[in-house]
Amino acid sequence: MIGTMNLTLKIWRQPHAEAQGGMREYQVSGISEDMSFLEMLDILNEQLQEQGEEPVAFDHDCREGICGSCSLMINGQAHGPEVTTSCQLHMRSFKDGDTITIEPWRSEAFPVVKDLVVNRSAFDRIIQSGGYISANTGSAPEANSVPAPREKAMRAFNVATCIGCGACVAACPNGSASLFLGAKITHLGELPQGQPERYERIVDMVAQHDAEGFGGCTNIGECAAACPKGIPLDVISQLNKDLRTAIKAGR
Amino acid sequence: MATPTLVRGARATQSTITLKIAMAVSGILFILFVLAHMYGNLKVFSGEEAFNSYAEHLRTIGAPIFPRTGVLWILRVGLIASLIVHVACAVTLARRAGRARPVQYQVKRNVNSAFSSRTMRWGGATILMFLIWHLLNFTIVKINPTGGETENPYRLLVDNFGVWWMTIIYLVAMAALALHLHHGTWSSLQTLGLTNSPLARQRAKLAGWVVAVVVAGGFSLVPLSVLVGITK
Amino acid sequence: MAGSTLHDGLTPLNAAPTQTSDDAHGYYTLGEKIVDPVAPTGPIAQRWTTRKFENRLVNPANRRKLNIIIVGTGLAGAAAAATLGEGGYNVKSFCYQDSPRRAHSIAAQGGINAAKNYKEDGDSVFRLFYDTVKGGDYRSRESNVYRLAEVSTNIIDQCVAQGVPFARDYGGLLDNRSFGGVQVSRTFYARGQTGQQLLIGAYQAMERQVAAGTVTQYTRHEMLELIVKDGKARGIIARDLVTGEIETHLADAVVLASGGYGNVFYLSTNAMGSNVTAAWRAHRKGAYMANPCFTQIHPTCIPVSGEHQSKLTLMSESLRNDGRIWVPKRAEDCEKDPRDIPEEDRDYYLERIYPSFGNLVPRDIASRQAKNVCDEGRGVGPMVGDFRRGVYLDFSDAIKRLGEPAIREKYDNLFDMYQRITGENPYEVPMRIYPAVHYVMGGLWVDYHLQSNIPGLFVTGEANFSDHGANRLGASALMQGLADGYFVLPNTIREYLADGPFAPVSEDDGAVVEAREAVRSRVERFLSINGTRSPDSFHKELGHIMWEYCGMERTEPGLRKAIDMIRELKREFWNDLKVLGTADSLNQSLEKAGRVADFIELGELMCVDALNRRESCGGHFRGESQTEDGEALRHDDEFAYVAAWEWGGDEGQPVLHKEDLVYTAIEMKQRSYK
Ligand SMILES: Cc1cc2nc3c(=O)[nH]c(=O)nc-3n(C[C@H](O)[C@H](O)[C@H](O)COP(=O)(O)OP(=O)(O)OC[C@H]3O[C@@H](n4cnc5c(N)ncnc54)[C@H](O)[C@@H]3O)c2cc1C
Ligand code: HEM
Ligand code: HEM
Ligand code: SF4
Ligand code: F3S
Ligand code: FES
Repeated sequence: MIGTMNLTLKIWRQPHAEAQGGMREYQVSGISEDMSFLEMLDILNEQLQEQGEEPVAFDHDCREGICGSCSLMINGQAHGPEVTTSCQLHMRSFKDGDTITIEPWRSEAFPVVKDLVVNRSAFDRIIQSGGYISANTGSAPEANSVPAPREKAMRAFNVATCIGCGACVAACPNGSASLFLGAKITHLGELPQGQPERYERIVDMVAQHDAEGFGGCTNIGECAAACPKGIPLDVISQLNKDLRTAIKAGR
Repeated sequence: MATPTLVRGARATQSTITLKIAMAVSGILFILFVLAHMYGNLKVFSGEEAFNSYAEHLRTIGAPIFPRTGVLWILRVGLIASLIVHVACAVTLARRAGRARPVQYQVKRNVNSAFSSRTMRWGGATILMFLIWHLLNFTIVKINPTGGETENPYRLLVDNFGVWWMTIIYLVAMAALALHLHHGTWSSLQTLGLTNSPLARQRAKLAGWVVAVVVAGGFSLVPLSVLVGITK
Repeated sequence: MAGSTLHDGLTPLNAAPTQTSDDAHGYYTLGEKIVDPVAPTGPIAQRWTTRKFENRLVNPANRRKLNIIIVGTGLAGAAAAATLGEGGYNVKSFCYQDSPRRAHSIAAQGGINAAKNYKEDGDSVFRLFYDTVKGGDYRSRESNVYRLAEVSTNIIDQCVAQGVPFARDYGGLLDNRSFGGVQVSRTFYARGQTGQQLLIGAYQAMERQVAAGTVTQYTRHEMLELIVKDGKARGIIARDLVTGEIETHLADAVVLASGGYGNVFYLSTNAMGSNVTAAWRAHRKGAYMANPCFTQIHPTCIPVSGEHQSKLTLMSESLRNDGRIWVPKRAEDCEKDPRDIPEEDRDYYLERIYPSFGNLVPRDIASRQAKNVCDEGRGVGPMVGDFRRGVYLDFSDAIKRLGEPAIREKYDNLFDMYQRITGENPYEVPMRIYPAVHYVMGGLWVDYHLQSNIPGLFVTGEANFSDHGANRLGASALMQGLADGYFVLPNTIREYLADGPFAPVSEDDGAVVEAREAVRSRVERFLSINGTRSPDSFHKELGHIMWEYCGMERTEPGLRKAIDMIRELKREFWNDLKVLGTADSLNQSLEKAGRVADFIELGELMCVDALNRRESCGGHFRGESQTEDGEALRHDDEFAYVAAWEWGGDEGQPVLHKEDLVYTAIEMKQRSYK
């Protein structure tokens, strides 16, 4: 452990969905660089608790970068300056005396619930609208009866790692969820099991995406840079391609 | 507020992606057009006669099967239709994007996007204004800022760029066009789903540079050459 | 399996245990012995098939009228919701996260076992069964484990059909690896994110049913009470975590799939929100809590770096396949750069002590040995307290042998995670690892049908105690969660539901009102104590007590001390707690307070259970019960039973019900990995 840091935090506080929110400024001191960003917020919250001020609400659960709960806009970047989740961001990315601005994801489709917590159920509904393979329990054939070419299986895996955090939406200047959508479309579309519903799936999922109020993608590319799982932009190309094929098929 | 219910009976053609595909297709037509137009303009360097006969030739393509300016009009109608589609989709998408983020960030950093990609809407509007002026300038009204001849395309052009502020208008427009094409070229390939691998993406981005430099650079040669006096 | 023979599954091979020690005297009341009322009989391989046939069917037309509440959307809960939804039942699914996809199962890394025998290396259903029973140190039920091994193969089929992107070989067929403590390759994996991929598969299947209208999902809802009416579980009281509203949900059956309670230790590899509340509330309503002290400590976690630490991060134990574990032979080398320590000065202690299993010994052994070498002063890394708490996990040989790209392909995300957390590059410097609490084998007591002793209350996944005995093999929890959810529960719950729909319960019914009022007054109480300490500070203190006295090694004096300390902590909690904010909005401190209150009560019971069990088995190591060379010593004659604890009231003592474990297919053996 090298020295410790003193920081100024500017945090969005909003008591509930309908309330007016605003930025508040706090000071924290004695922050070690081995702490995670959320542990730094824990310290702030203990401090607030002592002062009788309500702790800052933020979503988190696994703190391992896999559940996708944490969702902080840190100094204007989704999940902060490193390519990782807010919970896996460590304080060694900051230095003594820094001012850090922390905001919730901003999107029409992700309304603020409280402070830094937003409602991302729009993602669940996008999945409901077709982000699955219809295979009732018990109906499955022997697993090795359908080989999946390794290349395709690898691509499917690489994009299936999406954790549904919503950083792509938060970072996109258009508030588009195309990267999330493309990741799911590509995951299921690359596998032999995903073929029967392939075009129905895309039409329904894109329609739900649009209905939720996400913006359209104009291929800006901030999403992929913010994605903690490194989902590449080509999933959006795949998405577009599949939709084009669906149009041709008259869906 | 977002709708919390599931959409039923969705159609592919009603999606935002369809709007984008329409933009990409019209955009690519524009690219083809500006490439050809730019190439045609370079005839200026072959001298007055060559250029004027080229302008005349444009009007007589397809003759005698088509009447004079027939093919040209077909092209014009195609371009006008594309323009309407392109602009209408651009406006729809821009408004949708505006609604998608009703509350702005206090601090927002863009780290991995080209300036050109974030300025497509401004660039588009600039090009639209330029285009109106340009058509008044050279086609519809034919305005010769020096008050000189208007029926000789070559003279109109050279007189035009003899005026410094005209040259500036055109050069600014070319800058806007370069930006628009830099992002637009790769973007249209991505929209059409042709960039499914990192390599393809790299190539599309390279294509964006090439098209932007070739088109905007090629166009700019003409006013620049007039300005520095190579073309008189 | 040298020397072991197969038996017919018809005749008992061991006598019922008789406990002679009574270490927990004064802390509990001895209750009646219990048996599993629906335990199957007959040849072991036929038991499940026969039972599936015997269990009554529910008329498809009736299913829509049957309401099932499922608390939890991890593998166990989501798989059950999807399957029961597909079957046409009316399912309500609850989770405290903002999306079902975030349940803690998402964090599992290593893989999932299945007896597919794709490698033709001698695996079979029977071997998986045998390994699991043996791995659990003969403290699990034979029939349940056999069933688990049997349905394991269907799980893989099901997951592949859903699009789970398991690792594949060049021919496009599924790949396997070997995993902690076994010598066959039966673990299916998706790089280091197996749990995530499996959960996403189950989640998607469940979301499909949400769209179909058979499943209604309630996210950001926490179950805070069980409704028991006429002895049957008939619903739950849940708090909407956003609005604070206290809601009543009634049903014909309630399924708890609420995960494990490892967070009782404060620092664990579990998610921050993982809790015992759902299970504990049911326990207080009469459900037995079985073997609560059986905890698994995972050998390969990233060591603690300081006081601020809020959770521990697991490095998948698949790393042990290629990494070699060592510490310096001499304590004075511990501060050196590990790369400067020559081969002859390194002690590859697992390879030395357990030549045939080497670095792949079961988790409890690997954990305890790591603790031993650190206690000897040969640990590495920063000083935490008086010791360096870390050992090296070294990949340099594997990188030499297989090349860096191969290692990268297998483990890149784990290596990246390690680097992000520690700031060190494991491709260059050996990783440092240390044990941490990871999984609990204990949980609510259930019968062969996964039904608790409260009719209509079913418990699946990590929340029940059923399949892992005193220790769980790596990659078997995912298997159990999905087995329970997809294949077991849907087949056993119908036997219960065949008698339904049950007489409707009114929201004004006495039992319902009482449950609702209990929740309301508890919430009010948390907010009105108005003391000085945060819920988190109590949690941290509880964790210290548990880790110190009920952790890797437990002793009689230590456990007695711990019980006293926990009782004192409980008193302080209810007098000095401070929760800010209100009850009618999102209030994370309030949520935390409720969870900590239940952890404190659970902690005490765990210590009592550990105190009573004066033997070392699986993850439970009692200092008083070891061989001369420090190995765990089991006492089958005294403790071959499941300890099922009944809630004895706030003022009373817990009541111990013993369920004897009788083996008919496998003989009990002292475990030896030497
Ligand atoms: C880091 C890590 C790695 C692991 N790796 C492996 C591995 O490689 N292989 C393996 O087999 N096992 C592994 N395990 C173990 C395995 O992941 C878990 O045992 C298993 O996933 C538990 O699943 P579950 O469905 O029972 O519960 P969980 O997935 O924990 O789900 C619990 C659910 O209950 C809900 N819930 C809890 N309390 C309440 C309440 N009061 N009200 C409402 N909802 C509630 C939660 O919201 C959640 O949805 C690992 C565990 C950890 C911690
Ligand atoms: C006439 C006025 C114009 C307007 C208002 C306009 C506007 C826009 C806008 C807002 C976009 C953004 C869409 C995006 O970001 O992807 C866009 C894209 C594009 N534009 Fe234009 N534009 C105009 C003219 C042109 C011209 C003249 C060309 C070609 C020479 C062109 C080529 C493109 C291309 C290729 C795209 C990319 C389409 C895609 O992303 O798929 N546009 N235009
Ligand atoms: C320096 C750059 C340019 C020069 C010198 C130039 C010159 C000309 C000239 C001389 C004409 C008249 C041709 C004729 O009527 O025979 C013309 C027409 C036209 N130009 Fe350009 N142009 C330039 C850039 C552009 C750009 C960037 C666009 C599009 C975005 C454009 C679009 C058009 C159109 C649509 C016409 C009308 C064609 C028709 O229908 O007759 N020009 N231009
Ligand atoms: S695509 Fe990336 S940024 Fe978007 S939700 Fe998935 S993991 Fe998060
Ligand atoms: S940043 Fe937005 S515009 Fe598209 S490429 Fe990413 S979604
Ligand atoms: S808390 Fe789970 S990803 Fe950050």
